Amino acid sequence: MSELLSDDPSRSDTPLLQALGLTKRYGAFVANDAIDIEVCGGQIHALLGENGAGKSTLVKAIYGLIQPDSGELRWQGQRIVLAGPAQARALGIGMVFQHFSLFENLTVAENVALGLDGRESFKAMSARLDEVARAYGLPLDPKREVWQLSVGERQRIEIVRVLMQNPKFLILDEPTAVLTPQEADQLFVVLKRLRAEGRAILYISHKLEEVKLLCDTATVLRAGRKVAACDPRQETAASLARMMVGTEVKEVKAAGTRRITVPRLVVNDLNLAPEDTHGVRLRQISLELKGGEIFGIAGVAGNGQDELFAALSGERLVREPGTVVIDGIACGHLSITQRRRLGAAFVPEERLGHGTAPRMKLSENALLTGHAAGDMVHHGFVDAAATLRAVDRATKTFDVRKAKRDPEAASLSGGNLQKFVVGREILRGPAVLIVNQPTWGVDAGAAAVIRQALLDLADAGAAVLVTSQDLDELIEIADRIAVMFHGRLSAPLSRAEATREKLGLLMGGSSIADKEPVHAAGA
Amino acid sequence: MQLVLEKRLEQSRTIALVSPLIAIALTLLTMSILFVLLGKNPLLALGVYFIDPLTDGYSLQEIAVKATPLVMIAIGLSLCYLANAWNIGAEGQLLIGAVAGSWIAVKTQGTDAGHWVLPAMLLAGAVAGALYALIPALCRVKFGASEILTSLMLVYVADLLLDYLVRGPWRDPAGFNFPTTAEFDPVATVPVLIEGGRLHLGSLIALLVVASAFVVLGRTIMGFEIRVVGAAPRAARFAGFNADHLILLTFAISGALAGLAGIIEVAGPIGHLQPGISPGYGFTAIIVAFLGRLNPVGILIAGLFLALTFIGGEQAQITMKIPLDVTKVFQGILLFYVLACDSFILYRFRLVSRQVTHGIG
Repeated sequence: MSELLSDDPSRSDTPLLQALGLTKRYGAFVANDAIDIEVCGGQIHALLGENGAGKSTLVKAIYGLIQPDSGELRWQGQRIVLAGPAQARALGIGMVFQHFSLFENLTVAENVALGLDGRESFKAMSARLDEVARAYGLPLDPKREVWQLSVGERQRIEIVRVLMQNPKFLILDEPTAVLTPQEADQLFVVLKRLRAEGRAILYISHKLEEVKLLCDTATVLRAGRKVAACDPRQETAASLARMMVGTEVKEVKAAGTRRITVPRLVVNDLNLAPEDTHGVRLRQISLELKGGEIFGIAGVAGNGQDELFAALSGERLVREPGTVVIDGIACGHLSITQRRRLGAAFVPEERLGHGTAPRMKLSENALLTGHAAGDMVHHGFVDAAATLRAVDRATKTFDVRKAKRDPEAASLSGGNLQKFVVGREILRGPAVLIVNQPTWGVDAGAAAVIRQALLDLADAGAAVLVTSQDLDELIEIADRIAVMFHGRLSAPLSRAEATREKLGLLMGGSSIADKEPVHAAGA
Repeated sequence: MQLVLEKRLEQSRTIALVSPLIAIALTLLTMSILFVLLGKNPLLALGVYFIDPLTDGYSLQEIAVKATPLVMIAIGLSLCYLANAWNIGAEGQLLIGAVAGSWIAVKTQGTDAGHWVLPAMLLAGAVAGALYALIPALCRVKFGASEILTSLMLVYVADLLLDYLVRGPWRDPAGFNFPTTAEFDPVATVPVLIEGGRLHLGSLIALLVVASAFVVLGRTIMGFEIRVVGAAPRAARFAGFNADHLILLTFAISGALAGLAGIIEVAGPIGHLQPGISPGYGFTAIIVAFLGRLNPVGILIAGLFLALTFIGGEQAQITMKIPLDVTKVFQGILLFYVLACDSFILYRFRLVSRQVTHGIG
């Protein structure tokens, strides 16, 4: 592992990797428009941009997964054309993807072996795996099967797998998106050590605070173009956000006249077996949500959030009616339509295919949830004018941008479709709104509109339950926050108590009462 | 330059209308090649197939008679297919409907039963078809059995049941041992619309079915449920629509329409129950449903077009000695092209230029 240190410890003037005028088109859409970037050894270089800004396209080109239409790549000053990722790896380029590619039923060592191009024996490889993992403080048991591991541990496998190839240049795609704050801190220690060894890291993120903390230089992309190159340590989070978005990002605020009233959503000891073998069993979930209150549920994805949404919405029924109570009416056994008639409204995480039928018009998607109550259906016949009116109202109130009055849902951008889906429910004037990942994959402008709408809805007296993986979002809008872990819900913390540290510990599975954080051993 | 298939932002309405026409054009082209290979003049053959039947009144009536069961069955199938339920066994449901309706005709034969007989036969045909279609639907909903296989296999069961009945218990004693029932009484017969012609009341019923389907699919919440369950199952569940109920419902409706078509065939143009009452209407209706874009009006047009191929095929056999099986080849090629051309509703061709250099430069 010390090979690099002796190789070229002084940062030479030639950048390790350069892209010059890199352009990639998909049909009429220009994903990357003449992008220049240069990354030197011993640097952590941030690649910033909103969803759809072109970050993924750029790193895929650097890793040889796609061919640029024009422009060139240079490696240590030499022009290169990459036929595929194998060639990139041979040069010393490694990448850790946001979505892991691991076989659940194989062990750690077997997974690593599958990902390596090498010809060494399995035994030698296992020994080297252990050595690399120890050297970087990434504890891993090579013999454990992947399905038993947490998300953080799975990411370690991916990182160790890449480190075993001894890369000079490492690409990390939103590595902290799935980590608790404590796990993220551990990762930063590793990354700083890699930098000290003279390696270059290209770090994709949209978490600005962590970029300021970690990175030496930054390239900002917006709508496929490079809009800025800067030193993030000299910038503020607000100025970085401005570069990413292009305009000032509005801050959300509550009216301050919030009146906490009677309980509107009560969950009593909800237990539910998973529908399929990889699902999560819900255990002893109880919560009480009052009118005028926003209740946040934090947690790493896959800890039972989807199952909880299904049980609360009525997509799945529970035997005991009293398990879910909406406005005083026991409804665990009632269908989603009946719960909507009681004044509940729901926004699932997945916009396309769950929240909307992608290839149907917006008016039909208004009918999708609007048929339960209201004036859209008379004696079995659909009032097409009423569905169009609902589209127009959502368009106007939530500034939904679209090419025509009633397009197909799939033709809207993520942010605009999410504004429509949230607006569709809020305009029904719900007593209880249950929303999963309200701003996932949404641009900053739309995210601000949606968060403000949730605050306004609570101001108007509704009870709002928000599940999100984005801690900053929950801390910004929620009055109380609880954490889901392995199908259980922690006791809620008030906004004042809910620090990132405490929430992070809960997300990692320790209870607040424990004084010892479970991860201490590794770092 | 390179030709690439590119996803459209929205479905193209123009292509949705034009694609069946492109499919028909490609089919005609392929058929011409086939005719040449058979040693026939392709222009002459296509003329016999598609032009001649349109030139005399008898053939025009016959087209409507043949289109009647095709359209009725295809409307029912389109509801299934829109809801992602794959009923392939309409032919069997047609036969069972014909058997059930005929049972009333046979039992009232020669009695002084009044005008209730025909309505009762139609009702029995529809109910029996619906119940028969519910067998694969229930197996799918309860046990997860593929409805494609079970509905198809039940066709042969129905076929053999009909065969047994007309050769055994229901055989006409005065029928010289032919496997057929006696001619139905006048009260058990579907009336013709024009004196001395072939066009019968069933064609009006088919038009009524088309109009009802148009209203149900376009204007009612039930039609919406059917479309959402097929297009986006998870969104349908979120909307509170029950996919299992809709599988049962659409199978029941399509079975009822197939059964009704079956008894109308037997009580109308044929006049008695016998083997071979259907030249594969239940299967051809699958092509009609897709050629008509699963749209009621489209199905009406497609049904008339495919009826034309049946009539044209018969005439080509008589005048040009072209085997009748060529009609089936034609229908198969047509379905192939229809499904292929549908890609262009969601995708389009684009010419793009790209320069890719290989190797390290």
